Amino acid sequence: MAGPEFEVPKLTEYTDVPKIMEGAMAHSKSFPAPQASQTSLGYPWQLTDDWHDRAINRMGELLGKYRSLRVFMDACVHCGACTDKCHYFLGTADPKNMPVARQDLMRKVYRRYFTLPGKVVPWLVGAEDLTKEILDDWYNYYHQCSECRRCSVYCPYGIDTAEITMAGREILNTVGMGQKYSSEIIAKVFKIGNNLGLPGPALEDTLLGLEEDIEADTGVAVKMPLDVKGAEILLVTPSADFFSEPHVESLIGYAKVFHAAGASWTLSTHASEAGNFGLFNGNYETMKKVAMRIRDAALELGVKRIIVGECGHAWRVAYSFWNTLTGIGYGGNDPFSIELQKQLDPRFPQPMHICEYTWDLIQKGQLKFDKSLNDDRVITFHDSCNVARGSRMGDEPGGQFTIPRNIIKAVANHYHDMAAETIGEATFCCGGGAGILTDDLLEVRVKGALPRMNAFNNVVQNNGVNFLALICAICKAQFTKVVPYYGFDRSMVGGVHQLVSTAIKLD
Amino acid sequence: MTSLTLFYTGLYYFAAIVLIAGVAYRIAEYSGTPAPLKIPTTPAPTTHAGVLLRMAREVVLFESLFKSNKWIWVFGWMFHIGLALVLLRHVRYFQEPLWFVVEFIQPYGKYASFAMVAGLLGLWARRFLVDRVRYISTPSDHLMLALLLGIGVSGMMTTFVSHTDIVALKAFALGLVTFDWHPVPSDGPLLVHLTLVALLMIIFPVSKLLHAPGIFFSPTRNQADNPRETRHIAPWAAAAERK
Repeated sequence: MAGPEFEVPKLTEYTDVPKIMEGAMAHSKSFPAPQASQTSLGYPWQLTDDWHDRAINRMGELLGKYRSLRVFMDACVHCGACTDKCHYFLGTADPKNMPVARQDLMRKVYRRYFTLPGKVVPWLVGAEDLTKEILDDWYNYYHQCSECRRCSVYCPYGIDTAEITMAGREILNTVGMGQKYSSEIIAKVFKIGNNLGLPGPALEDTLLGLEEDIEADTGVAVKMPLDVKGAEILLVTPSADFFSEPHVESLIGYAKVFHAAGASWTLSTHASEAGNFGLFNGNYETMKKVAMRIRDAALELGVKRIIVGECGHAWRVAYSFWNTLTGIGYGGNDPFSIELQKQLDPRFPQPMHICEYTWDLIQKGQLKFDKSLNDDRVITFHDSCNVARGSRMGDEPGGQFTIPRNIIKAVANHYHDMAAETIGEATFCCGGGAGILTDDLLEVRVKGALPRMNAFNNVVQNNGVNFLALICAICKAQFTKVVPYYGFDRSMVGGVHQLVSTAIKLD
Repeated sequence: MTSLTLFYTGLYYFAAIVLIAGVAYRIAEYSGTPAPLKIPTTPAPTTHAGVLLRMAREVVLFESLFKSNKWIWVFGWMFHIGLALVLLRHVRYFQEPLWFVVEFIQPYGKYASFAMVAGLLGLWARRFLVDRVRYISTPSDHLMLALLLGIGVSGMMTTFVSHTDIVALKAFALGLVTFDWHPVPSDGPLLVHLTLVALLMIIFPVSKLLHAPGIFFSPTRNQADNPRETRHIAPWAAAAERK
């Protein structure tokens, strides 16, 4: 179903801060979640009669459970530092897409029900009663936030709008205003085990087909093992890697790296999804339930290491939250944690990113490349938001920036970074993260990609860049869809391990 | 004791109790609310010492704001550093003999008020001149700036325009601390200054001034980036896990 017509922004040398245009994106409305998926997530699917009290009660519960929400509701001074930092504001000019204004959608309700001045003099402090109109605003604008945390870098108090968007979506779900895309994906993970709803036998077929393709292509029998008990490494990767282009090229890359290293590894049908949409909706229990599949598979298969494929938010959940949620990591001294810890190989960090794994092998000289095979490519690297601002790679802060670039430079000769204010911790989101990657939000996605497209266009024009290297399944899907709107070819989009795959020497 | 002195003596005890009890309550609330997940904005320090350093840069230099917007940083930093010096200078009214630091900053503290007021004017101008900031400003944002400016300007007047009887003021202030009450000097600028300061103290615990204690509890700034090495779990999550 085609969305409404909209104007694609013009590319400019710098991303100018637009004059605000009130209501510019007020029409944007993601499809509501249907009964089936909402029921399986334990939420109502229509606005409940007691929506007002339910919403306020849920907000009160979240304020008591999350220090982030509690502190962020109080600490903002409306200084304006964040107002020009969100890619959705820069691309749409809608003032409610300024981080502080997005937060204020909830803050005005918080003030009315949970603070003294808001109860006594609401007009003075911008406090408002919760109405259906405000809930509608939440639904619109909490689905125009990709929880990328760029605003949190620039806030003098570290206020992270992602935490507020997550809480907002959780409250919306609680009153029966779920979003179709995220709701159905989580329901698929609960039922089948991955975001794409790909059952075990289909996965097995896909992997066999890929093995044949690689052998036909290289003459080497690179394997993609599935459910191998006693394998040393469990690879958990976004399910898009099994079937979407260009994602699958990176999956082939991982398999070639494991092959070249002589590693014993396996995929799992039970843990066939690294992604975790529970993150996006701010529900701890959902996120834990999704993540537990990986712990269960690791115990079942008896693996000693867990490695995560190219997926931004999956890596944030894996790196930052798996230890908390599932005990995948070290330092736990409770029986739940110890059960898994004693099985894992303590010489390696758990979990490990595939880029950490590959870079480690490159440094040890265990992988050989013919860099000239990538000579037709002039490459730039897009730091994915969740990797950049919500995780790390390697031993040093900032390893998430250097390690993927080091890999690219080890497998290819031509590399150019985009402008410094658009990469690293300042990176712009692709525009499709956190449940926005759906066709009913195409306008949000295209406009939200503007700052990244401007920076990309500069290196395309000035440095002849023709390849946008990524380590995120959502970024890959988003850019493949969106770059044509800005006049680029979708074949310019690909994965870091796609580059590895091209150059690696196998024997 | 005149009714004027009675009023200001009572006002300051009330304001001090509200400020101390209110902020203590907020701090208890913030520290009592668990942070269930590791969410430092990365790249983040990996050690506790690194976190202390990051927090110090944030609180003293406004590091994130500096990255964000140089105008807000200049005005904001001028205001806060000016206020800090002015506050430190005011300690002289509450102690005898004086702490040497208070003695030392006396000449700077006096002129720091200019930086403070200039910073406030800059911040207020942005609320009118920048369309994005105009959009997010509430009446209370304007009133807060007016209140702080009123405090700054009335305070400067007691020093630079119509000199307050400083010996009598010190007797009044010291009297509050030692419960040996003395009359409040009755000149206009001083009484305006004292009233506005008391008002600020009273609204502190229910206003956006909570950013001051709040920043120390901000999980994106006060957490170490070490989730693979240590298991971080909130009490409510651990309780659910044991079920």
